[in-house]
Amino acid sequence: MQYQYKYQHQQQGAESSSWGYYVPAARGMVGSDPLERVVRLASESAVVIFSISSCCMCHAVKRLFCGMGVNPTVYELDQDPRGKEIERALMRLLGNYSSAVPVVFIGGKLIGAMDRVMASHINGTLVPLLKEAGALWL
Amino acid sequence: MQSFKHLPPPEMYCHSSFFLRGEDGSRNQARFRYLGELDQTASAFHPDDAIDLSPNSMFSLKSGNVAVLSNNFNYDPALNTSIGSAEIATTGTGCLDTGQYMHPKGTTIVSSLGNGHSIENWGHSGMADNGQQTDTSTDVDTDDRNQLHGVQHGPVVVVDSRPKTGDQKTLRRLAQNREAARKSRLRKKAYVQQLETSRLRLAQLEQELQRAQQQGVFVATGFSGDHGSGNGVVVFDMEYAHWLEEHQRLISDLRAAVSSHMGDNELHLHVDGVMAHYDEIFRLKSIGTKADVFHMLSGMWKTPAERCFMWLGGFRSSELLKILGNHLEPLTDQQIMGICNLQQSSQQAEDALSQGMEALQQSLVDTLSSTSLGFAGSGNVADYMGQMAIAMGKLATLENFLHQADLLRQQTLQQMRRILTTRQAARALLVFGDYASRLRALSSLWLARPRD
Repeated sequence: MQYQYKYQHQQQGAESSSWGYYVPAARGMVGSDPLERVVRLASESAVVIFSISSCCMCHAVKRLFCGMGVNPTVYELDQDPRGKEIERALMRLLGNYSSAVPVVFIGGKLIGAMDRVMASHINGTLVPLLKEAGALWL
Repeated sequence: MQSFKHLPPPEMYCHSSFFLRGEDGSRNQARFRYLGELDQTASAFHPDDAIDLSPNSMFSLKSGNVAVLSNNFNYDPALNTSIGSAEIATTGTGCLDTGQYMHPKGTTIVSSLGNGHSIENWGHSGMADNGQQTDTSTDVDTDDRNQLHGVQHGPVVVVDSRPKTGDQKTLRRLAQNREAARKSRLRKKAYVQQLETSRLRLAQLEQELQRAQQQGVFVATGFSGDHGSGNGVVVFDMEYAHWLEEHQRLISDLRAAVSSHMGDNELHLHVDGVMAHYDEIFRLKSIGTKADVFHMLSGMWKTPAERCFMWLGGFRSSELLKILGNHLEPLTDQQIMGICNLQQSSQQAEDALSQGMEALQQSLVDTLSSTSLGFAGSGNVADYMGQMAIAMGKLATLENFLHQADLLRQQTLQQMRRILTTRQAARALLVFGDYASRLRALSSLWLARPRD
């Protein structure tokens, strides 16, 4: 995806992992770039949703996945001490959107906001992605 | 209220105890009743409801053969003959100047009908009615002339004439004065009541007018761009009306194309045309949503039946596929699977959005109900404003939901187009078009249905 590609450029010459960019081994929680943190968190689970607990569209996207029988990992940014940073990073990642959340990653790859998720579901590409990431088995 | 759409609504009021007998006696007996409104649909008309009195002095009759005095008769003992010519017998065309209500003096009022009939005055049968005789005889006594006003302004008082002595005259005059005063008070009361009712009616009409304007009844001034949201609403409604016309034209062209068995290449163009036209309505809706999300959600720009079955400002994509049903056969296995998947995914997306909307509503309830009741201290006001600000933010997400719902509809249509062949897609679009137009027709039929 294009966002992935952008990040890749920033990390030229680094060791590549399965997603094509370098994840520093000694990452920890230390002052890492929020975008790095996003990417790292996104790679830790098959389906990752960045959300805000009071956001209703986030609720909708969560219900969508649960309705399909998928169990997503949800990060509520309002409950994270550095949530604001991550929100800003997500906003930059998405481009010009009015809201940073919800943002969905599947298999570490950025899918996008609600509209992209729904479009992908309707045109039949979402389910194969989920299966590929191991989030769906049927 | 529906009846008023089809008829110019004169104000209709009746006085409670005013009786009007038709020329044929019992046949067209009409009774005045005090009513806020009368249902004026022709099918619902009963002769008993014939007489309406309006405060602006328009008096319309809806029964045949009910005769009333016209405005300009001369007070004349030979009244019977002149009355007959003033008979009014058609619906809604009769006029009687009920200047009685405006009349300053305590005039009693009687409308004489036809030959040999009379009207009782507010139930005082003793006073003016002499049975079947037309009570138009004059009283030569000059004192009584004050009360016998009827030459220019309207109906005539009817009194008995008898020989009198001086004493009797005085007594009689006093009695008549009392009577006249009483009647005057009753008239005044009736007038005031009519005013009240017409005030209510005026308020109602103003409201309707406002609603009608918002629905795109185009005022001659056009779009001055004064009020932001109202303007956006009017613009959308107008654009939608144009879109609908164009849509119907495209659908009938498509129908002609399908039945003419033209080749796929040409049919393709027609199908693409309809699809592109659908894209156009989604574009318009997107603009309309930014202008006034509540108007779009309300569905006031749709017909009532469409509005009833609406979901988040439009049709349900999952419904669309159910409507297709068996119309598309034969389908390949792959197509069947594609349609099934589409059905399922659109249903899931719809459910997700619906649940999101429910969460929105719930959180709005929580926000608005958490405000404390009093505004005693400044702390409370700050609280209140804070909660309102949060609520405003939540309302803003409504636009996003509406936008997502429209995207869902658009994508469902496009995916369907991808799955089907050109010919199948043409048939599908015709099925949708027909379904929608039938639903609209149903609305019209329902609105126009006869009611009793």
